[in-house]
Amino acid sequence: MRLGRPALPEWVRRLPEVLMIWVPLLLSAAHLVSFSLWTIWISFTPSTLVPVSGWVGLRNYTAVTASRNWQIAFDNLLLFGCAFVVLSAATGLILAILLDQRIRGENLLRSIFLYPLAVSFVVTGTVWSWLLNPGLGIQKLVHDLGWTSFKFDWLIDRDMAIWTIVVAAIWQSSGFAMALFLAGLRSVDADIIKAAQIDGAGPVRIYRRIILPSLWPITVTVVVIQLQFAISTFDLVRALTNGGPGIATQLPALVVYDLMFQRSLLGRGAAAAVLMLLILLAVLLPYAGWRYVQRRRALHA
Amino acid sequence: MRERSFAPSRIFIYLAVALIAAAWLAPLAVVVLNSLRTNEEIAQGSMIGWPQHLAWSNYAAAWSGFCVAETCAGIRPYMLNSALVTIPATIFSTLLGAIAGYAVSLWRFRGDNWIYGIVTLGLFLPQQMRLLPWTIVLRDIGLINTLAGLVLIHTIQGLSFTTLFCRNYYVAIPHELIRAARIDGAGFFRIFWRIILPLSGPILIVTVIWQFTHIWNEFLYGVTFTTGQQQPVTAALIALSAAVADIPQHGVQSAAVIIAALPTLLIYLLGGKYFVRGLTAGAVK
Repeated sequence: MRLGRPALPEWVRRLPEVLMIWVPLLLSAAHLVSFSLWTIWISFTPSTLVPVSGWVGLRNYTAVTASRNWQIAFDNLLLFGCAFVVLSAATGLILAILLDQRIRGENLLRSIFLYPLAVSFVVTGTVWSWLLNPGLGIQKLVHDLGWTSFKFDWLIDRDMAIWTIVVAAIWQSSGFAMALFLAGLRSVDADIIKAAQIDGAGPVRIYRRIILPSLWPITVTVVVIQLQFAISTFDLVRALTNGGPGIATQLPALVVYDLMFQRSLLGRGAAAAVLMLLILLAVLLPYAGWRYVQRRRALHA
Repeated sequence: MRERSFAPSRIFIYLAVALIAAAWLAPLAVVVLNSLRTNEEIAQGSMIGWPQHLAWSNYAAAWSGFCVAETCAGIRPYMLNSALVTIPATIFSTLLGAIAGYAVSLWRFRGDNWIYGIVTLGLFLPQQMRLLPWTIVLRDIGLINTLAGLVLIHTIQGLSFTTLFCRNYYVAIPHELIRAARIDGAGFFRIFWRIILPLSGPILIVTVIWQFTHIWNEFLYGVTFTTGQQQPVTAALIALSAAVADIPQHGVQSAAVIIAALPTLLIYLLGGKYFVRGLTAGAVK
């Protein structure tokens, strides 16, 4: 076709394109698959300081799950996961409903509720650790104001410290739930609401019967994403309590780091990482199934 | 959309949002005020208080005089590290993601759905599953404890997000446009430069903001793969708060926290709309 040019073989001509398509995609896909298998493999070996081959069956897993560190981390994750997800979704929903009332300065308010998401957990965790520190923050302020019997020492209280992480995490990410809920509220069919109003339904009734039920799919999405975040929480705890006091605010992600890089128990660290993945799958697989059923229904409707 | 009469009481609504907004701004206000107070002033009262006179020197100390782990150059070198990691990794992962997204959505090739599916698994896989392999790979290729190593990690891992963003945007481009260009003899790259890129403005802004924010704020890889002078600013902040645990320097620390947060806060202020778009695009897969 192109006269006057030496014809390059087809595969040479197409080489740059093939490289550009395949190299990044293959690197990305291959590292995900091979790294996951690698970590799973190490979790079954007796590796300590360096990875070694060998097979110890489930020994690393039983050692991890039997350790006090992991048991506390797992209990904390259950409590933190549930409390954080429920409270941040509720806060996000309330914020979204308030912002949906055609109020002035909606854009400014939305920006205020969302800004923590743009900042590192290291930064926000540090700031919260000051505010919650009884000798520096809110308790000290109230004491200085004269109310000396006031007590707010969750940060150093073994039973309450995990709640400080819940508080900081809610502050950090309920803006995200708000953004999704707000999009959902704005997409409710205005005609149905008009019709209900003509029928004499009040605002509370309209919210309860029409608007909130239509938010279910968004609620599920919010819950799953926040749970995913809760399971891998690391930076926030590291900056806020560093797992303390003692190991009272330990979470699985900190246990993995501790085993791998502070105690050099690679096999056990890998086993803990795989356990984290299993917890995540326990959340994601039902969600994927639910999404699949929803999509099937949408197709057949 | 909603009728004004919908609200039971406007005053109650305004009061509620004002209170919550104040609570949301309080941590930022506290850290800004503290960055202007002297250490003695904070030690006498609490972390919550008005500066008696503005101690701007905290910023100078945090930027270039403060000691973090033996060296006394403030957080300036660590800010530079973060920039040297974040800027290239953001550019590479965005460009490669745009090409990959275009390839899987419009160019199509054998196995594209499969490989796209595997790449998006990266959105879910916990970082902890990749820590050990990355350590070994970085050591073997000689990039452990280097900024280049972090750039490599963030570029490859970022592809999951950037490919997803771009692919979801490109599927809306009519296939006829590509088909017509191919009939006219345009190849993969010519179509990308001439047709796809000029249409990509909005999604590239979203992707760049998203990647920049994520990579700048990242901490786990920073502490795991780098030490001392090579660490990004997030890791340095933690080292700093450990270093001053004995002699509290909250004024300087507050200034350091603000400086470290400034790049992403500025991006959020300038491109908030696109940031939110990235959030919701990442959420509704």
